[in-house]
Amino acid sequence: MDRLKVNIGKLELRNPVMTASGTFGYGDEFTDFIDLSRLGGIFVKGTTLEPRQGNDYPRMAETASGMLNSVGLQNKGVDYFLSDIYPRIKEYDTHMIVNVNGSTLEDYVACTEALADLDKIPAIELNISCPNVKEGGMIFGISCTSAANLVKAVRKVYDKTLIVKLSPNVTDIAEIALAVEAEGADSVSLVNTFLGMAIDAEKRKPKLSTVTGGLSGPCIKPIALRMVWQVYKAVKIPIIGMGGISNWKDAIEFILAGSQAIQVGTYNFINPTVSVEIVDGILEYMDRHNIDSINDLVGKLDY
Amino acid sequence: MKQKLDFIINSNDALNKQIFLLKVSPKNGAPLPDMYPGQFVHLLVHDSSSIFLRRPLSINYFDKEKNEIWLLLLSAGGGTKRISEMKAGESINLIFPLGNSFSLPKPRQKILLIGGGVGTAPLLFLGKRLLSEGFEPEFLLGGRTAIDISQLEHFERTGKVYTTTEDGSLGEKGLITHHPVLEETKFDKIYTCGPRPMMVAIAKYAAHNEIDCEVSLENHMPCGFGACLCCVEKTKRGNICVCTEGPVFNIKELKWID
Repeated sequence: MDRLKVNIGKLELRNPVMTASGTFGYGDEFTDFIDLSRLGGIFVKGTTLEPRQGNDYPRMAETASGMLNSVGLQNKGVDYFLSDIYPRIKEYDTHMIVNVNGSTLEDYVACTEALADLDKIPAIELNISCPNVKEGGMIFGISCTSAANLVKAVRKVYDKTLIVKLSPNVTDIAEIALAVEAEGADSVSLVNTFLGMAIDAEKRKPKLSTVTGGLSGPCIKPIALRMVWQVYKAVKIPIIGMGGISNWKDAIEFILAGSQAIQVGTYNFINPTVSVEIVDGILEYMDRHNIDSINDLVGKLDY
Repeated sequence: MKQKLDFIINSNDALNKQIFLLKVSPKNGAPLPDMYPGQFVHLLVHDSSSIFLRRPLSINYFDKEKNEIWLLLLSAGGGTKRISEMKAGESINLIFPLGNSFSLPKPRQKILLIGGGVGTAPLLFLGKRLLSEGFEPEFLLGGRTAIDISQLEHFERTGKVYTTTEDGSLGEKGLITHHPVLEETKFDKIYTCGPRPMMVAIAKYAAHNEIDCEVSLENHMPCGFGACLCCVEKTKRGNICVCTEGPVFNIKELKWID
């Protein structure tokens, strides 16, 4: 199975297929359906320093080939994570990566410090791209200066693999990727959701309590793929690609566009076994094309 | 344990213009696990461009002998319309059984099951279970007009049935919450499922009369098993997922009554 091994920073993944934060709970929700040890890694729910109740219902609207959400980082806070969740999930035989969020730079740093010494959390994903919170989140990810300052501050307190999750709601995503690379990020993951909205024409009301929310699902795939390609041409650090991946073919496309690894997100809701089906599909594709190592495919778009 | 399994549609009958009864069995013939009233399935139509997400449907009845699940579907356009048009022999995919279930009453309690429109779906399964456990369930079923009340013959075989319609075409005329049985009889336990305003009114009636009451919620849900955190209900414990901690809640847990 070494053919599927990839490296992200100091992390060695058994395969490039991981699951996206906010779509896979803490992994427990999926153990009836799949063997978690078949995954390269799991990005757990967005975690903040303090507990958060998230936004009011309704938080979801179905769209053409996708959905909008405005969950707003509901979680019980990093202390609860340490006392109640970590002891359980540290037993899983895959890389458990925490998605870190905050309202202020100090929040991000404090949340990161709380996670830094955990043996079985080998990396964090700094979420500078959540579109559903009033403070922080995406605000950090849409300017080069604020993104760079945040990564710089977190890098000082974190020696393990630091992944930065980028927002697609920017004019030039490659510019942001370069800014965080310059401050020592080990990898960038992209893209988070696109800011969107949905309206009930009969009621003349927004479908989400927050009016706007984050769009995900197959409808965003072509734009996400384009952004991965643009970032791949700009940076040297490995890219974790995501955005509407729903089968092995989508995953291969993201790898060809320059992703070292991928995350499956929204499609976990529709098909809870899709992640392992993608692992099998990638192997079959490699057999068919006589590819020895998945690394030989990264960025190998023929054009 | 939750499963993801392909099912074959044995029959799909229109009970009125909008409500359809689908009877489905596992394609591979595998025996179905135990299921409990209040639980639901999450239904996916393969290769449908008009539906992206699964659709949650209450288990209307579980026929263990025939290894068959009954699902009552309200065709409300889009995805549900597509499902309503499916024919016997076609296949669908289900994640099931999901959610918690109604609790059993205490021995000798007087029980009323109140359903509005397609919300009667889980109450048939519950009524049959209560009957088999030795209880004597009574039903109060309501709709806008007579044809909105589905499966009346099944309910009548399960217990005493009261009906209301807004136009008076069946039973009492008016809203379900104004049916005289609620004034005349003292029930010990009420179970209800239907439109939210109806359930809120019943919850208030139950709380006022100190009757134990369980409601089944139908919040929109993408995943159905606790991963997406979209279907939350505001409760005394904060925002919690209807799909895993519900869909059945005792009204004491909710913030419906001030």
